Amino acid sequence: MIPLSWYLILAAAIFCIGVYGVLARRNAVAILMSIELMLNAVNINLVAFWRYMSPGVISGQAFAVMVFAVAASEAAVGLALIISIYRRRFTVAAEEIDMLKW
Amino acid sequence: MNAGDFSTILPLLLVTGWACVLLLVDLFIPRGRKAITAALSALGLLTAIALLLSQFGLEREAFKGMIVVDGFASFLQMVFLLSGLFGIALAYDYVRRQNIERGEYYTLLLFTVAGMMLMAQAGDLIVVFLALEMLSLPLYVLTGIARPRPDSEEAAMKYFLLGAFASGFVIYGVALIYGATASTRLSEIVAVVQAGQAIGGLLLAGMAFILVGLGFKVAAVPFHMWTPDVYQGAPTSVTAFMSVGAKAAGFAALLRVFLVAFPDVAPAWAVVAMWVSAFTMAWGNVAAIAQTNIKRMLAYSSIAHAGYILMALPAAADPAVASDAVGAVLFYLLAYAFTNFGAWAVVLALEKKDGQGLAIEDYAGLGARRPALALAMALFMLSLTGVPPTVGFVAKFYLFRTVLQADLVWLALVGVVTSLISAYYYMRVVVVMYMRQGEPEVRSEGWLNATVLLAGLATFIFGLLPAPLMGLAARAGLLTFLR
Repeated sequence: MIPLSWYLILAAAIFCIGVYGVLARRNAVAILMSIELMLNAVNINLVAFWRYMSPGVISGQAFAVMVFAVAASEAAVGLALIISIYRRRFTVAAEEIDMLKW
Repeated sequence: MNAGDFSTILPLLLVTGWACVLLLVDLFIPRGRKAITAALSALGLLTAIALLLSQFGLEREAFKGMIVVDGFASFLQMVFLLSGLFGIALAYDYVRRQNIERGEYYTLLLFTVAGMMLMAQAGDLIVVFLALEMLSLPLYVLTGIARPRPDSEEAAMKYFLLGAFASGFVIYGVALIYGATASTRLSEIVAVVQAGQAIGGLLLAGMAFILVGLGFKVAAVPFHMWTPDVYQGAPTSVTAFMSVGAKAAGFAALLRVFLVAFPDVAPAWAVVAMWVSAFTMAWGNVAAIAQTNIKRMLAYSSIAHAGYILMALPAAADPAVASDAVGAVLFYLLAYAFTNFGAWAVVLALEKKDGQGLAIEDYAGLGARRPALALAMALFMLSLTGVPPTVGFVAKFYLFRTVLQADLVWLALVGVVTSLISAYYYMRVVVVMYMRQGEPEVRSEGWLNATVLLAGLATFIFGLLPAPLMGLAARAGLLTFLR
């Protein structure tokens, strides 16, 4: 059987790619995708921990499902905000949205 | 799961259910008469307050430990419900004159309050995460509700991207802690840690991630970058609500998670929290001096206050001081709520269309034009600085005392010195109001004036007679740890 640590390393790698994406990408949609990547890394972790540590208790799986739901609602709100900005400025690049100083 | 379980979350259920109903009812309320929605939401919050009062002192766990009811939760829920009421009172006139009156405003506000209330009751890391999202998502939308005003849209997007990023950290931390202890229940985590069965590395990494994520939410340095921009861009009534409610909810989560689940690894997180607190106080107060816009100034002030409140976390790591420190935080949060809502109400009274009237210079001549309002503002500024006889002084005194009890003398010193620095920019507002000539255009509206009056009275009276409120906060802090 594949050891637990492999899953954890995979999840950590995906999480780091997500964090890098948030910090490095300038397109708001790409940033949102990177955030989703982070949440998916969490799901891999949760399911792997559930399988290897407490397969008798369903809480890990239930938790992963909750993370899906939250990720979906986050995407809904986020895309709505991004579209609302795009309609007026025809850009979703974070650096061009700079009325307020960072 | 039984009826008794549901009775513990009755106020929360009421607010959530009422918000859902109101979303539908609002469709039948014609545009221009949204005052009805405002009144109905306030009614819902008042009913929830009555319900909460009826079960004050209740102490139990429900839903197999996922929900905890204790003094800590009840006290904070009261703070959140009051913030909701203040938020509605402040928004009522403002949204109308800014032409952003939409019924959804009040419904979203109710959903946010519900999320905060859930946060106060959370006894499980899953619930903490859900509550965090439940309060954040409506708040992102509220920030952008002044669309098509570009600064509001921009603030909403920044808040959303950074907020979602932060909750990614929180949830990753929660997953690691689940891995380390095979449980997400706070009471089970502490048992596993005490039995020495937790996987140390995963546990520490998980705690670090949660601290980073919640640090974003409460706007602690170095995770504060979003705060001034979002506070400035958001509609002022939303900013006022956010600066009190969202911050208090973040601290509710921090205290509950770290003090209930990880008391045995306290040395590890106390050091980090100590430095974060010191940097937050220092940077928040120093950066506030340079601000010319009152919204940005109050944003940095709120960062600084996050630093003061955060002092209690390393202090609470000492088990002998823990319940005192929690009591001090609870009292501080309530004092900050009164003072801050008052200050923001004055800001709202002076704000004109298109974000005019927000420079500190615009306050020139307020003392001559509206003496009562200027006096109230001066009182709020004194309270934020921490000068007697205001509630801000009592709160700071109480907090610094617990920090000293925990032998963190240098941290208390940083707090005192930065409070002295903060006097410079708070007093500048007072000086401008009274010493400069000017003809400020001031809005006078019933609910706004009532808020200023109520907040001013609370700031002053609880500054002189803090004992009853303090006793309540101390008891609430005590109850949490008697389980």
